[in-house]
Amino acid sequence: MPRPRVRGAGKGELRLYVTGSTLLSLRAIENLEWSLQQELGELYDYEVIDVLEHPELAAEDGIFATPALVRRQPLPVRKLIGDLSDRELVLRSLRFGGSPREGQTR
Amino acid sequence: MMSAGASARAARPPAGGAEGIERLEIGIPGFDVIAGGGLPAGRSTLIAGTAGSGKTLFGVQFLVAGIELYGQGGVLVSFDEPAREIARNVRSLGWDLGAYERAGRLAMVDVALVAGEEMLEAGQFDFGGLLARLERQIERVGATRVVFDSLTGIFPQFTDRNVVRRELHRVTSRLRELGVTTLMTAERAEEYGPVARYGVEEFVTDNVVILRNPLNHERRRRTLEILKFRGAAHHKGEYPFSIDERGGITVIPLAETGLKMRALTDRTSIGKPDVDQMCGGGIFRDSIVLVSGATGTGKTMMATEFLAAGLRAGERGLLYSFEESRPQILRNAASWGVDFGDAEREGMLRIDSRYPERTGLEDLLVEMRHQINDFRPVRLAIDSLSVLDRVSSGASFREFVIGLTSLIKEFELVAMCTNTTGVGGGTQSPGLTQVSTITDTIILLRYVEIASSVRRCLTILKMRGSAHDKTIREYTIGGHGMELGGPIAATSGILAGTPGARSQVRR
Repeated sequence: MPRPRVRGAGKGELRLYVTGSTLLSLRAIENLEWSLQQELGELYDYEVIDVLEHPELAAEDGIFATPALVRRQPLPVRKLIGDLSDRELVLRSLRFGGSPREGQTR
Repeated sequence: MMSAGASARAARPPAGGAEGIERLEIGIPGFDVIAGGGLPAGRSTLIAGTAGSGKTLFGVQFLVAGIELYGQGGVLVSFDEPAREIARNVRSLGWDLGAYERAGRLAMVDVALVAGEEMLEAGQFDFGGLLARLERQIERVGATRVVFDSLTGIFPQFTDRNVVRRELHRVTSRLRELGVTTLMTAERAEEYGPVARYGVEEFVTDNVVILRNPLNHERRRRTLEILKFRGAAHHKGEYPFSIDERGGITVIPLAETGLKMRALTDRTSIGKPDVDQMCGGGIFRDSIVLVSGATGTGKTMMATEFLAAGLRAGERGLLYSFEESRPQILRNAASWGVDFGDAEREGMLRIDSRYPERTGLEDLLVEMRHQINDFRPVRLAIDSLSVLDRVSSGASFREFVIGLTSLIKEFELVAMCTNTTGVGGGTQSPGLTQVSTITDTIILLRYVEIASSVRRCLTILKMRGSAHDKTIREYTIGGHGMELGGPIAATSGILAGTPGARSQVRR
């Protein structure tokens, strides 16, 4: 499950929290990778963290609903909850300078 | 810290209590009694209440009692406010959550939203992350108790409350598998309305307990009700509770306590040898004497002499006075030849003098419990009980009296309460009618008009478990206190304050 860490300078930072190899976890990873291939890959470094193995990291980011994609950088911290199947929302939310809110409620 | 565990252990199972569901004695004083021995173990219970009703406190106390009284670890999951806020708020009760945390007995799982953080839903989710964090902490501290504070904070974070409900249900099922007893708090909008705000919270848990804090006769009166224990018996109805800075929540189980107490049969002096004789040789220890009479008939004097007799025998006394100030009490006692000042300095006497309006009766009862537990008096005097009736609602006075009775029986005190009646006698408030039924001895002091002069007379109306003198005796109040004279004969209607026949007083 642990994914390779990709590091680069001046990039944003994403963390995807999943719980083991559940269907939701796998779908979330697939959807994130799609978004990265589309356009986000150049903007962000990312890592996938299994909460079952690293609950302390999940505590740090206040995770309770999963899967959860956390944009740690740039600020503001933004959390996307769910399997990321709303790919449009993911792209809209994570483009630099983009606004996620178009008829969305928390 | 957790006093009154004794009454919890005295729990009697309520009727039909043989359902075989294991109970977890939670250690909140009084609660286990009305819960039929405790919460159903390994199940989840919703604690619902309006803002300020004590939900969070109940949850934290559940954890603290687990650690302090039973050596059971706990986990606090906080949604509404950061865990450190909760820890700070309960500091004033003497609970140091940080210390429990450092000792590895308590874990805090913080899931409160961080200000300025944005959260969006981008697909299907579950609460697996929460469960993973929770399970880790349960394992780490060996927790058998878990508290969620509160569910109300979770719902607005998600668009579909049915998903939240389903996921919370999954969490409680998992906790049940782990054998953990869980409390979940939830806010409700009204004291008597839907169980909780989102209408689904009650379906997440097995059991429901409601905390109320309604305004009643311009006073807050806190009550607790067990609405539902799935498959387990419990006592029904609302039970008053109080929150105080020394022990947190104390539930007053009313009639459910006290009944098992043994009745002591040795006698002790009421403070007047003549009156002792009328009682058949003194009053019983662990009994309650009610002295009822109009103002000026000598009730306070009887209470003073009652305490003085104890002091002479080396027995500690505790006086609650709601009608006279401390200097007045000391001065009056001195005029009857009793030095209360000395007794106080020697630590044999405590005088608690206060306005009856100052404290709610539920709180007063809990304060009295602390005081009695600390000071361990043998004699207790309350002057007067009727003034408490005057400043409270009927229900809360009745409950106070029942609570007081069980306190007296539990600590095996001998108590004297005074009751002020009208000058003519006769009428009593409904509250005090209740008192009469639980007192063991009733002494009536009356003014009577005999041959154009007003005299005082005393009679013993009731003496539980003993024969007693049933005559009506005249008495005078002089420099040495009360002087009992002979029986008043050949008259009737004295109790009603209207003697009907010409009378003679035999000397």
